[in-house]
Amino acid sequence: MSTSFKATPSSTLNSKIISTRTIYDFHGGIHPEEMKTLSNQTAIAQPPIPPKLVLPLQQHIGKPSQLIVELGQHVLKGEKLADADGMISAALHAPTSGIIDSLIDHPIAHPSGESGACIVLIPDGKDEWCELEPCEHYEHLSVSKIQAKVREAGVAGMGGAGFPTEVKLHPPHHDKVATLILNAAECEPYITADDRLMRERAEEVIQGMEIMAYALQPGECLIGIEDNKPEAIAALREAAKETHIEVCVIPTKYPSGGEKQIIKLLTDKEVPNGQIPADIGVMCQNVGTAAAVYRAIRFGEPLISRVTTLTGEGIEQPGNVEALIGTPIDWLLSQYGFQAKKAERLIMGGPMMGYTLKHIETPIVKTTNCILAPTHKDLPPPPPAQACIRCGLCADVCPAVLLPQQLYWFSRAQEYDKAEHHNLFDCIECGACSYVCPSSIPLVQYYRHAKGEIKQQKQEQLKSDQARERFEARQFRLEREQAEKDAKRKARADAAAKAQAAKKVAAAAKPAGADTDTQANVTQEDTADTKKAAIQAALERSKAKNQAKSASQPEDVIDLDALKTAWDKTQAKLDKMHDALDDAKANNPGQVEKLTRAVEKNQMRVTQAKQAWEKASTSLMTETETSKDTKTEQPSETPDLAALATALEKAQSKLDKMQDALDNAQPEQVEKLTRAVDKNKVRVNQAKQAWQEASASQTTKVETSIELTANTADQPNKTEQPDIDALESAVEKAQSKLEKMQDALDNAQPEQIEKLTRAVEKNKVRVQTAENALKAAIPISATTQNGEQ
Amino acid sequence: MSVILTAILALLGLAAVFGALLGFASIRFKVDGNPIVDEIDSLLPQTQCGQCGHPGCRPYAESIAEGGDINKCPPGGEATIQALAELLDVEATPLDSEHGEEIPKQVAVIREDECIGCTKCIQACPIDAILGSAKHMHTVIASECTGCDLCVEPCPVDCIDMVPVDQGLAAWHWHSPKDQNIIATDKMGLVTEGANLS
Repeated sequence: MSTSFKATPSSTLNSKIISTRTIYDFHGGIHPEEMKTLSNQTAIAQPPIPPKLVLPLQQHIGKPSQLIVELGQHVLKGEKLADADGMISAALHAPTSGIIDSLIDHPIAHPSGESGACIVLIPDGKDEWCELEPCEHYEHLSVSKIQAKVREAGVAGMGGAGFPTEVKLHPPHHDKVATLILNAAECEPYITADDRLMRERAEEVIQGMEIMAYALQPGECLIGIEDNKPEAIAALREAAKETHIEVCVIPTKYPSGGEKQIIKLLTDKEVPNGQIPADIGVMCQNVGTAAAVYRAIRFGEPLISRVTTLTGEGIEQPGNVEALIGTPIDWLLSQYGFQAKKAERLIMGGPMMGYTLKHIETPIVKTTNCILAPTHKDLPPPPPAQACIRCGLCADVCPAVLLPQQLYWFSRAQEYDKAEHHNLFDCIECGACSYVCPSSIPLVQYYRHAKGEIKQQKQEQLKSDQARERFEARQFRLEREQAEKDAKRKARADAAAKAQAAKKVAAAAKPAGADTDTQANVTQEDTADTKKAAIQAALERSKAKNQAKSASQPEDVIDLDALKTAWDKTQAKLDKMHDALDDAKANNPGQVEKLTRAVEKNQMRVTQAKQAWEKASTSLMTETETSKDTKTEQPSETPDLAALATALEKAQSKLDKMQDALDNAQPEQVEKLTRAVDKNKVRVNQAKQAWQEASASQTTKVETSIELTANTADQPNKTEQPDIDALESAVEKAQSKLEKMQDALDNAQPEQIEKLTRAVEKNKVRVQTAENALKAAIPISATTQNGEQ
Repeated sequence: MSVILTAILALLGLAAVFGALLGFASIRFKVDGNPIVDEIDSLLPQTQCGQCGHPGCRPYAESIAEGGDINKCPPGGEATIQALAELLDVEATPLDSEHGEEIPKQVAVIREDECIGCTKCIQACPIDAILGSAKHMHTVIASECTGCDLCVEPCPVDCIDMVPVDQGLAAWHWHSPKDQNIIATDKMGLVTEGANLS
């Protein structure tokens, strides 16, 4: 593949092709004094190894490198110190062998003069290379291998921007690279680093470009060089003789070295607003980068040094040096006769686009092409700005064909949106407008400031949009939660209304069932939804009871049923309370609300149960009276009922307290809640005890009434005896169960509430069974009695 | 006579046609809500801090749309007032100090070892930028925090600090050139920026 760029027999024609190539022009431009002879007369010097190297982790565009060495570690020259982090990043290597001394915040090469993370390397003076991986013929390597090697070598654009070179060795996805341009214009005054590099190492530059061409497979390879560097042009032509690389000489005009300008000069293509050269099939690289790529592939050497121009009247021996990356500038200048008294200031980069260094101990980085130490006479500080006289010179010289005057007004008045509409972001900050401004207005600084402000505003807009989104999402969530709560509350209210309606229906059925309303009500409480079935069942039961009543046993059954139901209810309530409490404890206070709802439910049910029980008790009283009338022997019934009432009231008060606790429930109050529940348990125990007593006395009553019945009937009732035995045993069982329950409750710990609940449920089932047996037994005995009567 | 009649009829006809058109358009292209509120809302900093006395940025935007003051937003500062003045074509008034001063961007930071996990700050945060659950440590998502400081007051153990945001080099940008004095006698003491070389 690469052979296509290799020598062809027609190479002698090359020079003619080059000389006939059309060179286009770009708008504007200026011709500042070049001042290049100051530094391009001597060969590239090799300064000694400095006593300390300061290596910033960020010397390129993109993410900072990731440190991979440890403090105190001895590293060899070329050893990797930090790895590229992500796609757009570059690795960092040790420029010489030595010890990693520290990782510090040190002033870095940045116009702000602020500090950044830097590795400090103390050289051991041996300058010992690590093991490298040279490659004689790059053609033997795959393109991806070349890209990987360039990435590994940490090569970043050396023209000034520092864009990681590896990224620019990938052809665009959708398109082929039509033109590969090597930017050798070096249009800025004073700087001669590329000039000297091309004169002395033209071979390396050409080879580097060949490697890039191998990776990118462009349609043509062009080198753009200004005509003020005849020696470099000659050297390049000589080196490029055997290749397809064209050396294109362009007229000297600042800023022909701008990426967009050199593309326009050589291809007549313009990079559209907001796009990059790759979008129009052009790839631009710097000559220094080409040489670095060559060294990375041919010798496996990472980028650890660069050619830097030290120039200006403030330096006794101006010239170019091959400085190690990380060399402190003050030390480097001191090697070449820097006269601090003569120099007004230090500029990193050229006089047009460079910036004043705020700290002279700033290190040389991969993008440092020039250190300028001008005297006051060379480069006087700009005179105070005067009012714009609207001469229009700035618009004449703008290489980006902008309207600098308009941009100035808008930037100054902070009308950034208007500045943006006038394509502020197409400004390459070349400084031509400021250079020609007769009022000495620092135009570029206004543009830079406006650009920064706009970027910041956009970022803030993005953040505020994000905040708004989050805020609205939260509002939506809160509203939804409120709506859910309301819906639940409404559902509960509906259910309550339904139950009320069912009760009325049951009450309406009362006359038909005579004394059966108690049963009906009780049943209806349990199964509010299946009203009819409940009424039916109630009627059936009432029939059975009527029969039983005629056998003078019914009031006990009713009593037991009512009591049972009431107790069941209390139990259920307690269970629910426990569940809710468990929830509250296990989860977060957000569920305290749930708990509250649960308690509300409980409350409602207790109220219903109480109503039912009251009705039951009233009817029972009547019944008792009736039975008193008939049988005259039921004295201990009323105290039982009173006990029950007390028990229920207690349960009620417990729940009230619970609710109060829950109303105030804060996460810290979960403990209080637990205590409240414990109290509740105690009260439920009391209620149960009351019930037990009641049931016990009733059992006695049952026996008494049976005896009474037997007496009234005046007949020995033999068949009745087993039934009563069964009854007694059932009730005894129920009692023992309840005792167990009580024990369990006495020992109840919050953790055991679940266990307890299960136990209570089992008990309930057993009591139910016992009662069923009792109910079954009573009608039979009644029938028997009837029969006997 | 017929000429007059024709003219009247023609005009009436036109009136009917355009009336119908306008009536249709007013129903078909009816704009829900006040679009100016959205525009104002998009200029506000969305800290939802309530320093303006309204429960969030949108209610403030609504009050501005109804003719309220535009100088009640300290987080937005002068820039927001300028933008609002331009949008509404009213005079930019200086920030009303009653609602607070313009301060550098801040972010809330919870001193995590002091947090008792009470969740009060989570409930206070208007943009759900605080993470945590009951009895567990909470933390602020710094990238989402708007620095409204609404979480500071409810904290029972005062473990929330408002820390100025250090955006570092990434957020640095060139400052605006200072207007220099062109009268020679006023230029005394003008120091060139840069390192002290001597």
